[in-house]
Amino acid sequence: MTAILRTDAVTMRFGGVTAVDQLTMEVMEGEIRGLIGPNGAGKTTSFNLISGALKPTSGRVFFRDQEISGRDAADIAELGVVRTFQRPALFGDFTVLRNLMVARHLHARESLLQAVLGSGRAMEAKNEGIAMDILRFIGLDKYAGMEAANLPYGHQRALNVAAALATEPKVLMLDEPVAGMNPVEKEAMTGLIRRLRDERGITIILVEHDMRTVMGVCERVTVLDFGKKLAEGTPREIANDPRVIEAYLGSEETVA
Amino acid sequence: MRILLLIVVAALAVAAPYLVPEYYVEILVLFLINLLLASSYRLLTTTGDWSLSHVVLMGVGAYATALAAKLLGWPFWLGLPLAGVASAVIAAALVYPLLRTKGFGFFIASFAFGEFVRLIWVKFTNPFGGPRGMINIPTPELGSIDFFFATPYYYLTLVIVALCLWILYRIDRAALIGDVMKAIYMDEDLARSIGVKVNHYRAMAFITGGFFAGIAGALLAHRLGAIDPKNFDINVMVYLVIWVVVGGTKTFWGPFLGVIVMTIIFETSRPLLEWRPLLFGGILIFFLIFMPGGLESLLPKRWTSRGSSATEVTG
Repeated sequence: MTAILRTDAVTMRFGGVTAVDQLTMEVMEGEIRGLIGPNGAGKTTSFNLISGALKPTSGRVFFRDQEISGRDAADIAELGVVRTFQRPALFGDFTVLRNLMVARHLHARESLLQAVLGSGRAMEAKNEGIAMDILRFIGLDKYAGMEAANLPYGHQRALNVAAALATEPKVLMLDEPVAGMNPVEKEAMTGLIRRLRDERGITIILVEHDMRTVMGVCERVTVLDFGKKLAEGTPREIANDPRVIEAYLGSEETVA
Repeated sequence: MRILLLIVVAALAVAAPYLVPEYYVEILVLFLINLLLASSYRLLTTTGDWSLSHVVLMGVGAYATALAAKLLGWPFWLGLPLAGVASAVIAAALVYPLLRTKGFGFFIASFAFGEFVRLIWVKFTNPFGGPRGMINIPTPELGSIDFFFATPYYYLTLVIVALCLWILYRIDRAALIGDVMKAIYMDEDLARSIGVKVNHYRAMAFITGGFFAGIAGALLAHRLGAIDPKNFDINVMVYLVIWVVVGGTKTFWGPFLGVIVMTIIFETSRPLLEWRPLLFGGILIFFLIFMPGGLESLLPKRWTSRGSSATEVTG
């Protein structure tokens, strides 16, 4: 197995605060990796550095052998490293299906002239088929015609994952995918994450507070604390690591 | 239902010069030009870029065709596409620095850039005619048809504007491109995360909108026969903003409503003389506060919403 994503001593400073400090991490192709840590440990900042939302102060990020640090988020997404958001992220005025069609635009490759002449019809029909397949996969197909803003919360979060999938990612980075969900929604999302890897071969990186989810679905876990990598290993190793337990002491979270 | 409405509108548009007095045909010509201007402006606003240089881009088209006609003897039929291209080229030159700004910064910077272009017309008497502008811009001819009188010019404008609006409609409704532009406005971070090259689409909207503003400018120049920098100053820009605010920009038809309603108000409020700007200012404030969605927000939702563009999804 080779590393599909690699960070090399990535550091991010905001003024005097070092949010991510010399983070070096390798994610293998086809892996489900968890990224955990107490609040403010730098998990989401790490996500933003990998996905291109932020440019690292120093250090480099590689996708396969290509350096991606400092590149525009859209370029990184086009390469196949796609992230979702902690908040419900969707195009509220569009229907659920239209949200996915917009996410398919990388594969539609429509020019202005084609748009005017309507010569991209066959392509549009093909993309619509793919979009519907993804909605079925996620379980949102019966909402295809609904305005996205009207979806229930759990489905809104799932729609963001569906949109990310529609870009055909190689690496999918999920930012707290089960936050705020009820147990049933959580169970559905966890199952979905497994299926994404098993059935579609997508490498998954997961930022999550919910320990049950992390321990249940991740194969390896990286623990951050104050921006630094504290530990890395299988969920069992992590759960028994005294440094990890100490980092979590005093916070409400418990390592299950 | 929609087809029927379209046929009625088309029939009215064709019959219009014979239904109203000559003076109103003149107004109808300006109305059509304004319709194209407002619709082209809406294209930029869909990405969230409210530019204050759009009427200046219209002016670029007007000056381009006027110069081509007077210095090079180009006919209207060459001047018209030239106007569009000239405006698009200037739009491209302005938009790349403008892309570094967003929201209010974009608003102000676009005004500054527009003024810069406009002051070139004021300062350089040769060839732009300075503050007095350019006169004796020839009227179009086609074989033995002379478009000097309002009615033939109305038909000429009708055909050109209808064609341009059809293209703008296609970009908005039938294409993915139009939706990607709207997506940028709705959630830019999400758009980037799914691979939307935001600046590419903002530039595309700005330049394409500029092209059609230039076409509108050429139609205006050849109708008025004379243009000067005041035709394209901030006052005119504010009127354009009022049209699209009153109509709304969420749907393709919003600016149409705005131009229709404001043209009627404009023409019927002439007796107010110098108090008129106060009325328009009041209307702008009213809409911004009490009806930020514009008149289009009063339309039944099923007229304005849609599932998917090419294939309508029921839902």
